[in-house]
Amino acid sequence: MVSIKELPNRKEPLSPGHRACAGCGAPIVARQVILASPDPVVVVSATGCLEVTTTIFPYTAWNTPFLHNAFENSAATMSGVVAAYEALKKKGKIEGNINFVAFGGDGGTYDIGFQSLSGAMERGHNLLYVCYNNEAYMNTGIQRSGATPRGSNTTTEPAGKVRQGKIKFAKDLTQIIAAHNVPYVAQSIVGDWVDLTRKAEKAFSIKGAKFLNVLQPCRLGWAYNPEETCEIGRLAVDTGIWPSYEIENGILKITKKPKELKPVEIFLKKQARFRHLFKPGNEKIIEEIQNETNRRWGILLSNDGKQIF
Amino acid sequence: MVVAAKTGNEAMAEAMRQINPDVVAAYPITPATEVVMIFAQFLADGLVDTEYIPVESEHSAMSACLGAAAAGARVMTSTSSQGLALMYEILPIVSALRLPIVVCEVNRALSGPINIHCDHSDTIAARDFGWVQIYAENSQEAYDGTLQAVKIAEKTSLPVMVSTDGFIISHCMEKIEMLPDDEAKKFIGEYKMEKSVLDIKNPTTRGALDLQDYYFEHRYQTSEAILNAKNPILEAGEEFGNKYGRKYGLIEEYKMEDAERVIVALGSTCGTTRDVVDELRGKGEKVGLLKIRVFRPFPAQEIATALSNAKSVAVLDRSDSYSGQGSPVYVEVLSALFKNDKKPKIVNYVYGLGGRDINLEDIKSVFENLKKVDQLEEKNYLGVRM
Repeated sequence: MVSIKELPNRKEPLSPGHRACAGCGAPIVARQVILASPDPVVVVSATGCLEVTTTIFPYTAWNTPFLHNAFENSAATMSGVVAAYEALKKKGKIEGNINFVAFGGDGGTYDIGFQSLSGAMERGHNLLYVCYNNEAYMNTGIQRSGATPRGSNTTTEPAGKVRQGKIKFAKDLTQIIAAHNVPYVAQSIVGDWVDLTRKAEKAFSIKGAKFLNVLQPCRLGWAYNPEETCEIGRLAVDTGIWPSYEIENGILKITKKPKELKPVEIFLKKQARFRHLFKPGNEKIIEEIQNETNRRWGILLSNDGKQIF
Repeated sequence: MVVAAKTGNEAMAEAMRQINPDVVAAYPITPATEVVMIFAQFLADGLVDTEYIPVESEHSAMSACLGAAAAGARVMTSTSSQGLALMYEILPIVSALRLPIVVCEVNRALSGPINIHCDHSDTIAARDFGWVQIYAENSQEAYDGTLQAVKIAEKTSLPVMVSTDGFIISHCMEKIEMLPDDEAKKFIGEYKMEKSVLDIKNPTTRGALDLQDYYFEHRYQTSEAILNAKNPILEAGEEFGNKYGRKYGLIEEYKMEDAERVIVALGSTCGTTRDVVDELRGKGEKVGLLKIRVFRPFPAQEIATALSNAKSVAVLDRSDSYSGQGSPVYVEVLSALFKNDKKPKIVNYVYGLGGRDINLEDIKSVFENLKKVDQLEEKNYLGVRM
């Protein structure tokens, strides 16, 4: 893996001065992923926080080429960029290796961009898709997505007098993408730069379609103090809420295996989006979350080291 | 020239073969499917070396085309109706980013009810997305127009759609003349984008967030660019004519010199109208046809001038509008004439929706009705059971 001494010598992909919130995890994801590439990177982003906070015309925070098309088509757009690169390379009109990273939030990835992503993964373009997953539509004011966890308060599935936030659990997109039989998928977090850098670096070293699902704490939508972003990311791994693992050529490997999972309350309690779960009468929901976390973790444990796809 | 029997779809696919685009991203839809099928076979047989992306929807087709074009590739696709409708979201982004994508469009009625046959509702609804629109009358024009579209697109940095009438042209075999491959390649020339997203030494940001302080200027620039596309379209048509004998303009006037009664139309109906004009002229009737070949940019002044000596005009629309004031082609022709001192009497006929046939007798009836234009409603339906 690239050493921490070498990283500062690489070209800074994202300038400071962009308009992301203090404590936002999205630029951390973007910087760590891109810096892991030994070659120049071309970036495509879906509409969302990352795009709107970094490209307010006439300014841009990007030191890499950057293309934004629309909300649901970051993967399809990037498949076109990659196809053009391959065509022009074949014709000798372009030289050198370039890595291609498509970013999308969970809305642009799990929900509206799912078809575009699935198509690109199936076709196997040589690109890395990174979901900066903050578990709701944060850019437009915290609306629920297919990645929003059970019990979370969002503005379109809020906690109220008779409902307690999201009713369903999040879908397991990482596994769904792995079922496309792509060579590499992984989950990581904001808060473990070594893990994310290593996984991004590995993804860049593999030819084909790769997928990284990075849990990105959002201080606005999750409602916590801005300095706690990385800590909350790590707590998601320690509690099993967001296991850190990879599936390389179909073989699953848990990349961070706590001896014993911490109780989910530790993770939930830090964030106001789960505040209502701690009111009397809602213990059952926390129990459900704990049980589901255990169940999913159990499946991962039983598959650790095994060929699952 | 190579003389061959080709359907509209085959003609467009042949043009694509000769163009040999860097990237084609496409999704099948009747009646445009053949264009991509034939092209995919060319690829399978090694006749082109395009990077072909068989996407999972038209939305992704246009999205991938946008990405490829932003990366500096020569890019084409083909679609129809619902497929174009699924692309609608991306079409204005393509023109705002000034990307010269060429679409071989086959006109088909928009659902619903679902229908696979010809009308112009799909492309007409896309008229203000910043694309140049060229309507072909037959397979020959589809072929010629596709080659010219590449040149126009790259000269103007604007996307272009060339459309044929679904089934009527797309599936109807006609004799066409094709350029030899090397001549076609020479005509379109090489393409190099000035600043592409693959330029890693000079990174640029494309598709930035444009707020109250800049969006308006950028939309204005698109509008300017479309209007300024008239000359490049004329130049391409002129060059094509000088070299290969078939000259193209924004409009085409057929027996208009002394015409008193005129039909204005787009696409294959112009062919039918020509026959009727010939027949009626043979009987000494002063009738003419004004074909609108390019609907965007709209040749308003050219149309107004061409119609200024007519007494009565019928504008044939193969799509409907619910404004109660006539359909889109009619409304635009009417406003073009409004600024003219000399105004003919003008009426609108909506016809041929969902592929309803329009034959010689129908066209004759329109010319006949124009004799007593004062008795006509402003908006009429031709061939519908009321």
